[in-house]
Amino acid sequence: MEMTAPVGRNAIDINAGGLIGKKLPRVEGPLKVSGRAPYAYEVHPDGVEGVLYGYPVPAPIGLGSIGSIDTDAATASPGVIAVLTHDNMPQGYASGPALAAALKENRLVNPILASHVIDHYGQPVACVVAETFEQAVAAAALVKVECSADASPHFDLRTEQYDAPKPAGGPPPDSRKGDFDRAFGSCALRIDESYSTPAQSQAMMEPPATLAIWHDANSRDAKAPRLTLHTSHQIVDWAQEAVAALFGLDREAVEILSPYVGGGFGAKLQVLPDAILAAACAKVTGRPVKIALPRPQIFNATSHRSATIQWVQLGADRHGVLKAVAHRCWSGNLPDRTFYEQAAAQTRHLYATPNLLIEQRNAALNLTLAASMRAPGEAVGLLALESAMDQLAELGQIDPIELRLRNEPKTDPETGKPFSERRLVECLKLGADKFGWSKRTAPGQRSEGAWMIGMGMACAIRTNLNRPSGAKVTLSGDGRLLVQTSMTDIGTGTYTILTQIAAEMLGLDPSMVTVALGDTDFPASSGSGGSWGAGSSGSAVYDACMNLRARLAHEARIPADRAVFARGRIGDGRRRSQPLRALVRRGALVATGSISFGSFSEQYYEAAYGAHFAEVGIDRDSGEIRLRRMLGVFDIGRVLNHATARSQLIGGMTLGVGAALSENLVADTRSGAFINHDFAEYLIPVQADIGEIDAIMLDAVDDKTNPLKSKGAGEIGVCGAGAAVANAIHNACGARVRDYPITLDKIMDHLG
Amino acid sequence: MRAFDYQRARKPEDALSANAARYIAGGTNLLDLMKLEIERPERLVDLNALALDRIEDLPDGRLRIGALVRNATLAAHPLVVARYPVLSRALLAGASPQLRNRATTGGNLLQRTRCPYFYDPAQNCNKRDPGAGCSARGGLTRNLGILGISEACLATHPSDMAVAMRALDAVVETRLPGAPGETLGRSIPIAQFHLLPGSTPQIETILQPGELITAVVLPQPLDGAQRYRKVRDRASYAFALVSVAVTLKMKQQSVARVSLALGGVAPKPWRIEEAESRLVGQQLSDDALKTFCDALLSGAQGSATGNAADPHRLDNANDFKIPLARRMMIATLRDAAKEA
Repeated sequence: MEMTAPVGRNAIDINAGGLIGKKLPRVEGPLKVSGRAPYAYEVHPDGVEGVLYGYPVPAPIGLGSIGSIDTDAATASPGVIAVLTHDNMPQGYASGPALAAALKENRLVNPILASHVIDHYGQPVACVVAETFEQAVAAAALVKVECSADASPHFDLRTEQYDAPKPAGGPPPDSRKGDFDRAFGSCALRIDESYSTPAQSQAMMEPPATLAIWHDANSRDAKAPRLTLHTSHQIVDWAQEAVAALFGLDREAVEILSPYVGGGFGAKLQVLPDAILAAACAKVTGRPVKIALPRPQIFNATSHRSATIQWVQLGADRHGVLKAVAHRCWSGNLPDRTFYEQAAAQTRHLYATPNLLIEQRNAALNLTLAASMRAPGEAVGLLALESAMDQLAELGQIDPIELRLRNEPKTDPETGKPFSERRLVECLKLGADKFGWSKRTAPGQRSEGAWMIGMGMACAIRTNLNRPSGAKVTLSGDGRLLVQTSMTDIGTGTYTILTQIAAEMLGLDPSMVTVALGDTDFPASSGSGGSWGAGSSGSAVYDACMNLRARLAHEARIPADRAVFARGRIGDGRRRSQPLRALVRRGALVATGSISFGSFSEQYYEAAYGAHFAEVGIDRDSGEIRLRRMLGVFDIGRVLNHATARSQLIGGMTLGVGAALSENLVADTRSGAFINHDFAEYLIPVQADIGEIDAIMLDAVDDKTNPLKSKGAGEIGVCGAGAAVANAIHNACGARVRDYPITLDKIMDHLG
Repeated sequence: MRAFDYQRARKPEDALSANAARYIAGGTNLLDLMKLEIERPERLVDLNALALDRIEDLPDGRLRIGALVRNATLAAHPLVVARYPVLSRALLAGASPQLRNRATTGGNLLQRTRCPYFYDPAQNCNKRDPGAGCSARGGLTRNLGILGISEACLATHPSDMAVAMRALDAVVETRLPGAPGETLGRSIPIAQFHLLPGSTPQIETILQPGELITAVVLPQPLDGAQRYRKVRDRASYAFALVSVAVTLKMKQQSVARVSLALGGVAPKPWRIEEAESRLVGQQLSDDALKTFCDALLSGAQGSATGNAADPHRLDNANDFKIPLARRMMIATLRDAAKEA
């Protein structure tokens, strides 16, 4: 089906079985906690023997070229089967026209071992394949790489920002409405501040890992895949396209399997070195090859969120009503890459203003690829904008929530489009009430023992994205339903919500539904990214179930609009009903479904919204900042599962706390290395950092988004969360820190 | 990871006779470093079967802690909790429960620095590769030292336990190979156990090759108050930016006895007994505390100048540790004085 109009009342609204929104425990949870859900590195497919292990060798410089690679010692090392370098990659690798096309879409792939060029520190330049993992690791240390370093690399955003060009692709970087300069000059209240956010790492738990298997080219089954990758990827259809392009294969010749993915946060939207090298090594050795990237290499060989420098100017009248808003942002990426960290994105949509100026520039930096990390843009943009708003509230002596209410727009501030639905004000008011916002004092006024206490708030916004998706449902003679889609579950709860949707649609107990995911053999899907997964893939399952319902109604000779599905039966709503399984003849009943969005969604501005409230304590002696409690209230449309959605939201909020307080991926500007490349040095929050945290969902439908009337919940939690913490720090001790993360050294002068 | 020989020692003599071997107990640090090819021992002697896992309440009031006593066991031991709370607190401030369940007393003393440049084989490190130079100088130094460092090395010793032991005047007992068929024992005051880097940062302790730590002995318990205060960038599972171990006895508003060791700032727990003696007999006035802190921080140097990790971001440098250490020494002493 295609979205062409607002969605009327449907089976999801009726929710006769009560499954939509239910806190159904994760259906694959028992498998995961008992180790029976094999992740890519753990699969042992039947008939696959003689698996070899690969271990990459990272480039020791940031920019330059490989002079020579001496592989003799490594090759002679025990157990070593092959050492791959750019000189002996398989024929046809990284050469076809399809690759050039794939590279343009920079989401897909960053070829490695394709030439002698080193474009960032830690880029794999060789890969050792051995009989055991330990042998591969030992031999990798024996590979001698002679490089010549480029004399003038660019590792420092601060020095490169002045020459940073307008990004050549991606969303339009600039926007102008009215006359910002003129309006700003005449404003009674003005904020004019610079901010910086550091590079960050997605730091997902499961390392990128792949088992690559090439199949006999002479197989009698011409349609059988030639290359199978058991890998960890967020969107298997993208991976299939990229791997096919890299190795000069037809798309159908590549099979990607990612049934379980241990976190991605954007990093696994790319085909990463583990997959590329495993496929190449398997081709060269003629045996299956398994590679997992070791943790220290992940930070330098995959991707990261660019550091940003931001400049925010807010001009308001004396009542705090915004008259002029400017948000400029500088980020960086490898030369010729179009992806940029669009940190000003949300400023187009959040507050009403007659004069708006957005400018975003992207410097060429010779650092690891900059790419998507959870809520690219908003996650760091709101750290600046919402800190500026807090400062404006203080300047105008207006309560920060009241300031937001005075600037609530009626239509999209940038385009004037109507909102599909926008319940930000409700989030703010409910959150203020639940959190006890009225107890907030002036800065530096509240303490408990050695702790200075403060409260802060910030708004959350994240543009709602949708992508086409497909699904297939199969009802078998035993009454069980199989749902198949190439969609992935990256820890978000996809297995569970798709189970709920299918079970609800067909009146089945959830135990009668099996969801199979992460396989390019299944109908192509949206995959997981950009918070679009649940709405997009769930709508495809909805559509497939609608089609199956029509088939079943036809078989049962009941008019489709009168058919009632409950307890595994179909009825006419009166007396007549029969088990679904009785209608299954000849093995199984199959239906497919899909969702596409066309131009309808462009008629509206769609977003998820929220309001964050944080209370921090600051140790008066050390300056240590500890989150005491945090509450987020969110408008994410219909909630499909209150338990998994809450996990997404508080997980996002936790990421925001890390961004505010500790996460800082440090580029050593001499070598271009992200130098703090392990979990001991790159500080993501631990349990003890979070204190009391909760999320409230309004559960109000948005009929313009998709048939489920849901909005993305995966990323809205991080948006603005860190700013609420930053504003709470200001409230606690009076320090307004604009260079994130806010570490204790930056507030030491405010401790008294 | 290189192939290596592995042997289980049944008694200390087995271990001591294993030439050129590295000892392994908890393995919480050594195995990580071997996986990263930073440590490449050819031979490991596993000590876990040795009977060095007891905590003995000695007749003279001292406490002998076997080298294989796990950090978690030691932290929870009733005698440690009652008599040496500073040690219990320090242990619990370190690592994670999983690591503390495995890490041993002897191994904790021997853990290696967390300097990020030590951990990256493509970077220069005099500790890893003597004479190679030090990439940390001019780089990310937030966790590195301000005291006792040298041109060759800025590393800190990451242990919390050792800082408390330094404040308690612990003694490390070892055995080392002697004449054929014999072993020798010696007792090393913890003050002498760790070495400053000078021009040989790869030599981290006074131990001779093959010397085996058998126990750590704590002196008779001290009356008064004990405190361990650790400052870090996240609430758990982070190394100290600055830590302070204090034992303090007050008498009529004046200091009767004090010991204070700093962690996170130097290649070894940092303590200056002379400054402590000067504090004895004095009240904890601002002036007296300032003099005391000045003495401990004498010669302290941060790395902000020439910091290339990002010359604009002082949070990547370690200069803040100097005022932070001062604040924490004062706060911890004053807090201890309330119960001392």
